[in-house]
Formats: sequence, C-alpha cells, structure tokens
Amino acid sequence: MKSTNKVYIYKRFERFWHWAQAALIIFLAITGFEIHDSINIFGFEKAVEFHRDASIGLMILIIFAIFWHLAFDAWRQYIPTQKNLLAQIRFYTYGMFKGEPHPTEKTALQKLNPLQRLIYLGFKLFMIPIVVVTGLLYMFYKTIDVNNVVVISHFKLESIAVWHTFGAFLLIVFLIVHVYMTTTGHTYTSNIKAMITGYEEIETETSGDESTTTPDSDEADNLTEKN
Amino acid sequence: MSWFNSPKTFSKLLNVLENILMKNAILIIIGANLLLLILINVLKPTEVVNLEQEKLKQKYAVKPVASVDHSKLPALQKKFQTPQDVTKACNSCHTETHKEIMASAHWNWERAGYIEGHGIEFLGKKNVVNNYCIGAKTNEQACAKCHIGFGMFNNDNYNYSNQNNVDCMVCHDNSETYMKGASMTGYPDRTVNLEKVAQSVGLPMKSNCGSCHFYSGGGNNVKHGDLEEAQLNTTRDVDVHMAADGINLECVDCHTAENHQIKGKLYSVSSDHFNRAYCEDCHTSTPHLNEMLNTHTVRVSCQACHIPLYAKVNATKMDWKWSEAGKLKDGKAYETEDSMGNHDYMSIKGSFVWKKNIQPDYVWFNGTSDHYLVGDTINSIPVKINSLNGSHEDLNSKIIPVKINTGDQIYDTKYNYLIVPKLYAPEKGDSAFWEDFDWNTAAMAGMKRLGLPFSGEYDFVQTVMYWPVNHMVAPKEQSLSCSECHTRHDGRLAKLTGFYMPGRDRNTLLDTIGKWLIILSVAGVVIHNSIRIFTAWRQKKIEAKVINYHET
Repeated sequence: MKSTNKVYIYKRFERFWHWAQAALIIFLAITGFEIHDSINIFGFEKAVEFHRDASIGLMILIIFAIFWHLAFDAWRQYIPTQKNLLAQIRFYTYGMFKGEPHPTEKTALQKLNPLQRLIYLGFKLFMIPIVVVTGLLYMFYKTIDVNNVVVISHFKLESIAVWHTFGAFLLIVFLIVHVYMTTTGHTYTSNIKAMITGYEEIETETSGDESTTTPDSDEADNLTEKN
Repeated sequence: MSWFNSPKTFSKLLNVLENILMKNAILIIIGANLLLLILINVLKPTEVVNLEQEKLKQKYAVKPVASVDHSKLPALQKKFQTPQDVTKACNSCHTETHKEIMASAHWNWERAGYIEGHGIEFLGKKNVVNNYCIGAKTNEQACAKCHIGFGMFNNDNYNYSNQNNVDCMVCHDNSETYMKGASMTGYPDRTVNLEKVAQSVGLPMKSNCGSCHFYSGGGNNVKHGDLEEAQLNTTRDVDVHMAADGINLECVDCHTAENHQIKGKLYSVSSDHFNRAYCEDCHTSTPHLNEMLNTHTVRVSCQACHIPLYAKVNATKMDWKWSEAGKLKDGKAYETEDSMGNHDYMSIKGSFVWKKNIQPDYVWFNGTSDHYLVGDTINSIPVKINSLNGSHEDLNSKIIPVKINTGDQIYDTKYNYLIVPKLYAPEKGDSAFWEDFDWNTAAMAGMKRLGLPFSGEYDFVQTVMYWPVNHMVAPKEQSLSCSECHTRHDGRLAKLTGFYMPGRDRNTLLDTIGKWLIILSVAGVVIHNSIRIFTAWRQKKIEAKVINYHET
C-alpha cells in the first residue's frame, strides 16, 4: 500500500544556505563567463566588480555552512555508502520509468540517497574547492614590481585561470543535472517545494504504525536534536 | 557553552521575527523602503574626489613669477650686432651657465649610453639614423635649425667648446618672436629683434620647446604624432596637461631640469633607463581610487590606457618611402597633396602616408632600446632603426603605446649597410640629392663624410622605427574601457602574446570540452525526461485499460 507523508526535511538555515548558494553560484557563473568573454550583459568592468563581490559573499556563506555542518553533525549526511548505490543507479536509469518506488527512504536523518551522497561530496570536496582556491589565487594574483612584494608569481595566471574555468564548467554541468534531478521526487515539484518550505511529500510503503503527523518546525528541530 | 548546540534558540528568534513581520505590514513597508534606499545608494555611481589629484591641480594652478625682470638689466640695454653678442651679455651675469649647457645633450647632440651589443656609445644625431631625413651628419647646415648653437656648417669643424656659440634665446625667449632661419647654420632669422628677445627671457615656454620638438622631421607633427603646434592652444580633449582651458602646463613643468640637464628621453636617440620623466613622478604608481586599476600599473604604463588616440588635431607621417624620391616633371621637382592638405609626394623626399586620430600600437618596454648605428650591418628586414627592449617575462617591462613608423631607405647592397646620403647643399652641383636628384653622387658624398666606403651599388630596404607615445593624454572619461583590451575580438592588445589576459585568452581545448559537457548534460536531461513522459503515458494507458476491464 502506498501513501504519502509530509516530512520535515530541510531546516531553516539549510534552506537559506541552499538558495543563497544557488543564487550566488548562478550569478558568479553569469559574471564569470562574461569575464571569459562568452556572454555580454553587464560589461567587463562591472562583471569583474560583481564577480569579486559575489565571490566574497559565497566564501562567507561557505564558512557559515561549514560551521553549521560541524555544529549540527550534518556532515554525516555525506558519508559515502555502497548500500543501495547500485539500486539507486538502477532506479534512475530503469526503475523510475516503470513506476517503481525510490529505493532509498528520505528522512530528516537521511536526506540523501547514496548517489546524492557521492555527488554532493564531490561538489563540496572537489568542485567548490577548485573554484574557491583558484579564485583566491586569481584574486590576489600579482606579479613583482620594484616596489611591490611578490604575492603570487610562482603560478602562471594561465594555469590559475584554466583550473578556475574547469571548475566553472563542472559546476554548470552539476547545476543542469541537479535542477533536473529535483523533478524526480514524488511529483515533479515535490523536491523543490521541500527545499522552499522544508516539508516534503514522501511516498512510503506504510505499515500503518509510524506517525504520519506533520510536526511544525520547532518540534521537527526538537526531534532532530533528540535523535 | 550550549548556544550553538541549540538551534531552537536561533529558530525561535527567526520565528519571532517572522511573526513580527507578518503581523506588521507597516514594518514591512518601512523595511522595503529602507532596502530600496540602500539599493539606490549602492547602485548609484558615486563621484569620489581624488584628493591627490586635487593637490596636483592646486600646485600647478600657481604659475611661477620671475624674480628678475630682464628688461630692467643694464647689461641688456644695448644694440646687439650678432646673436653671439647676446650670449656674451647673458654670460656677463650667468657666468658659469654655459658649462651646464655644454654638458647637455641639447648642445652636444649626443649622450653617453650603454647599448647591449654595442657597448658604450655616444649616441646622438651624429651617429644614429632616423626614418625621416635619415641623418643629420652631412646636412648640418639645415639640421642646425634645431641645434642650440650658431654657425654649424656641413663639415666636422664645429667648435663644441666655443661658449659664445651657445644659443640661449631659442629656449628662453618669452616674447615668442625668436626663430632660427632656414638652413642658416643655426643663426636666427634676419627679422628677429635681438634686443627685444634678450630683454624678455624667462623660463622656457611650450613655444620654445615646440620650435624644434613640434617640427622635427621637416614639418609640424611629422615625427612624434603626439607633439605638435596645436598643443600651444588646445582643449582638454586633445591634451589634458597642455590644454589652455585646463591646467595649461608648460613642458618644463614635467620635464624639469637641474643644471640644464632636462628630464625625459625619447628613444629615437636614447638608449638607457636613466633620467626619464614619468607620469608617476606626479601621479604616483597608485593614482586610481579603484584598487583593481591600480594593480594594472605594475605591468601597464599610464599612457597605454590614457592615450586612446594620438595625432588628434593634425596628421602625422606614418610611412616615408625614399625609394620614390627623385621623380621629376619636365625636369623639375614637384609636390602633390593628400586630402588633408599634407604632401603625399615630394620629388626631394619621396612618398608619404599621413594619418590622423590614430590608435597607437602597443609593445613591451623596459626603458632601454637598441639602435641601428651608422655602419651597422643589416641583419633583419625591415631594418629596425631603433628597437624597444622588453617582454612580458622581463619584470621591469610595461606595456606602452607606440607610433610605428615604416618606410624604406637607401642602402649599400654590397656592404649591406644603410647609406646616409648628402641631402642638403645651398646650390646645385655639390652632390646634394635635394638639388641634383642623383642618388649615386649623394650617397658617395654622404658616406665619404662618414668615413665609410660606398660600393656604388645601392638599392632600397624596408625600415621601421618605434616612437613611444607619451603626450596627448585624454580626459579620464576617454581613457580605455576594460573591454578594449579584455576581449576575444580584436582588442588593442591582440598582438601582444606570451601572457594570459582574462577576457582575451582562453584554453580552447578546455572551452570545447566544457561546451560539449554542457550540451551533453542538457541532451541527457532532455532524453531522460522524454523517456519518463513516454513511459508514464503508456503506464496510464495500461492502467486505464485495467480499470475498464474491471468495470466491464
């Protein structure tokens, strides 16, 4: 028997962090590719200025997010696991076309399926660090001057720029696939709604004994806390 | 110890805030207005006053007043027979000044310098050639119009130690009536009233410096392109520094001098990185309020961005083909003019190309240059009359704007060096090309004076010369925008390679891979979604059938 539950999954900071990061990354992509002279919207000068400002915003946000992940043990969500990994891949490539249920149950304690764990861990440990580290090198790149101290001249600007662009391409591909994957929830929009409201409609094979009440956010936080 | 362990507190706080906002529409409206005000203030372009620049304006707004009125000096209250008499009168008070003059490049027409590959050279008009009238040597009588002395004839006998031949007036006349005569060995024109000039001397004005530096190469703006008579009375659009409606600087405000050794160099006759005049002398190397722009000054000269165009009023000579010279009409020399009224052909000089409102070329430059010196073997074509040293790898190099002048010149095909022909003579029959139009005799006479053999075989070879563009600084609104260089599409620095410039350069392999990654991921998403829609549609059909079956 199938039924849907409303479950509180994404806490307030999580939602803020997600959308702020999304907005910043999209804005950085637009201004970044304008600096790359692929598009023309703000003009080079403004694009550089906005890109720098937004990058500082993103870095501050990342610092908060790291703190949050550590403080609330949220980093455990991303520990990779092999369990259900193949089942998850099978679901996306075959099962979902047959109307099969999601192989991994989504709860406040286990928000991510094994495939998401891997991809998001890659996002956090690879894609974002690439653009942030090369971005910082780019930002403080200076060559030697008679009066200036060398800050970074050990790396050629070209290699910094190439890695930065490489990271940007990965993030765009991530963005495209990520946005599409949000439509693979219970309904096309249930995942996005969850990221906005915090509550997600989840399809479960109910045995009838579990609570199906929808706690308000305070209680949901309490539950997480106790658990 | 526990505040961060309790998201409850934080959450409650936000809840309270949310409640307040939800229940207080007024607060929301006030908040929205505040936000709007903040946004307007953030987005509004603010005009911040650059205090350093204001200080400079203040400093140069006060024009110096002479402490001596020379018209009141008894030594100058007399009739001068010769210009040398004026010099003697000057010397009667300024007793040692001639020593400074006679140690200067303006007097000696040369300057000691070290050139890589040549060693120590006394570089100057005596031994360099240029891409215009080729060389001063053999043509002194005419060229002496721009020597600060009197009595220089077409020979080697000029006495550089005769202090009475120093021409004080050409630099210090403030009456604007002094001028040197044409081909008069450096003597003033006969119309000059020496008493009037002697009594009105003072600090050099634009017109003094300009009398040579504007007209070098045989006419206004011929050589430099960024120095010409229009700057005597111009607007800020043409030259912010010299503009009559601007700060109206004199040349010597920047090209300051101590003991008559004037700061600043031109790399047509200089070679070393010494005693140069820099924009930074006044403006510092961090003149912008924008830090991003200031970081540019490490590798980009001020001139590169602030001189978007040169030769803004009158055209300058960009190309001079000596090989065309010597054509005659009915046995007589003739001239033709281009659409701007400049000579584009002269029998005595050849054909010219003039241009106006020119975008400079850009090169790396570290302050040193090499020169083709008289007698050097030609080892590259076009022959580089001078070459500016520098590269991206050389950390002392900056990108500077240059005028690149091209042309061709006569050379000895056997000895493989450029020929300095004898061009000027007062009359026919003295081997001068401008009178006899015979390259053979002109080359022979010229090379004889230089003490170099001439094989009798000559041809013309392409030449090129680099002129750093330093003047005609535009108002800041007209300085280059970022995208004039930071662009893939034919930017101003498109020809400068060997370094990565954001906006201009990219790794094409990476960009291609990136492009295909994006295309493939979009395609994958579209295909995946199509299968979903299709299978869902089939599923529905089957379900409908099942239901129908049950109903029937």
